[in-house]
Amino acid sequence: MPVRLTDEERAIAAGSDAAAMSMRILAEMGAMLGAERLIRVTSSHIDGGLYHGDSGVHFAERLVGEGARVAIPSTMNVGGLDLITPATVKADPHRHEMALRLMKAYEAMGCWPTWTCSPYQAGHRPKFGEQVAWGESNAVAFCNSVLGARTNRYGDFLDICCAIVARAPDYGLHRAEKRRATILVDTSALSHALKASDVFYPVLGAWYGAEIGNAIGVIEGLPPFTSEDQLKALGAAAASSGAVGLFHVAGVTPEAPTAAAALGNQPPEKTIRLDAAMLRTARDRLSTVKGERIDAVALGSPHFSLEEFEALEDLIDGRHVKLPFFVCTGRHVVAELERRRRLKPLQQAGVTVVADTCVVVAPILPSRSGVLMTNSGKFAHYTPANTGYEVVYGSLADCVKSAIEGRVSRDEGLWS
Amino acid sequence: MTAVLDSKIQVEGEARGRVLKLAKPISFWGGVDPVTGRISDPRHPNHQAELKGRVLVLPGMIGSSSSSYIMLELMAKRLAPAALVVAEPDAILGLGVVVAREMNYGSIPVLVVPREQQAALADGAEVTIGRDGTIRVA
Repeated sequence: MPVRLTDEERAIAAGSDAAAMSMRILAEMGAMLGAERLIRVTSSHIDGGLYHGDSGVHFAERLVGEGARVAIPSTMNVGGLDLITPATVKADPHRHEMALRLMKAYEAMGCWPTWTCSPYQAGHRPKFGEQVAWGESNAVAFCNSVLGARTNRYGDFLDICCAIVARAPDYGLHRAEKRRATILVDTSALSHALKASDVFYPVLGAWYGAEIGNAIGVIEGLPPFTSEDQLKALGAAAASSGAVGLFHVAGVTPEAPTAAAALGNQPPEKTIRLDAAMLRTARDRLSTVKGERIDAVALGSPHFSLEEFEALEDLIDGRHVKLPFFVCTGRHVVAELERRRRLKPLQQAGVTVVADTCVVVAPILPSRSGVLMTNSGKFAHYTPANTGYEVVYGSLADCVKSAIEGRVSRDEGLWS
Repeated sequence: MTAVLDSKIQVEGEARGRVLKLAKPISFWGGVDPVTGRISDPRHPNHQAELKGRVLVLPGMIGSSSSSYIMLELMAKRLAPAALVVAEPDAILGLGVVVAREMNYGSIPVLVVPREQQAALADGAEVTIGRDGTIRVA
């Protein structure tokens, strides 16, 4: 079934410029996804600025050449280079040139050069119920779940098309009835100490994504003071191991004042009682090796917040890390660290602050193999395939302690 | 014996090739190397399988929305599968194919066959896909 376009939309699609191509792609995708019409969207987060090959550069430059301008506020996800400290990324000349051309093409279309996968912590926060078109799996999960704005998981290219014509196909998570949870995850069997710890959230997310896939669940029994960074870690891990675009946390996320409300006052199709053994299995899957060897640490997927930097500084506590130690973040946080005169002390402690990009999307790690330790479920998921490194998952405190001691050291207490 | 399977068309087209049936869902970004066209996730059961020319049968999609970029790159470099058979309508891989057509990189059929009906498509089977969305298994 073709999408019913308005007269205005048909006129745009009939042109020969970038807006016409965008409208055609939107209409075709809408038909593919069963949308009957397009709706207006008011903000976009764009994931197409990261270089994965020349084809994406040619696509973006064609849009620029045909006069593309974004019609709504549009932030950029990470790029393939660190434009603040270029030497951080060791790309070959072709890759460097193409990655830069790609970033510049999106800037030329009027996108904000935020270059972060945590745009929601860089000031781009759509309101509850707002219709938007966001890309990048963690940003989508956060935008839907934590902010309560409405977006589908827009792939590279469709996000920019939506931004150029300020429209999106009306289907899926744009529609209220598609946002209802059908699966109840009961966490009452888990200890309060575990639920209060940061290390729990990526593991919960990794389990949730693998178990629930693209269904919508409501998690019951998490503390009401669950922090934004914990929800960010949960969503990022869930969106890596499954196609999770929206999750609800009873008493925490805005569409779930209660589990019953998130379920639309209907009985769940399935209830899963999560126990410690299931979580331990999920935690163990996040690591690919055992033993004490560690060659580097990487934090910040999604990009580290200022609050996470504060926790890191407290743990380092004036000491020096022995191993290559990367923290990936947005330039909005780097500027704030500099303003507060905290960047230099971090660097002096042995920390490399990576801006605009991250270690699993750009050649940053010191060699092509080794063992990387991380506190990020998302890094743990993508590190082996993207970098050649084996991976060990641990808490932030485990990562710092291991980097200072030069061998893997994990606190097993919470998991026993 | 020839079996004929119906599908729902996402992108129309004809194709012929051997089935590559993935044992688990995959994220093309972080799971398929756009330089070699092979499955690069060492944790995936089909690690190292080459996609080029195969009728790729996917039990589900996970992970990154950048997978459409990887799909476009495979199309641009002639490393793409001959066809995609997905378990449910998917906005990510089909998008890579739609953009490939806009960029004159060619096109491949994208068909939906629900997971419970994918049993008819055995790994390695020779299949022919018609413009009407029928899949003939030799």
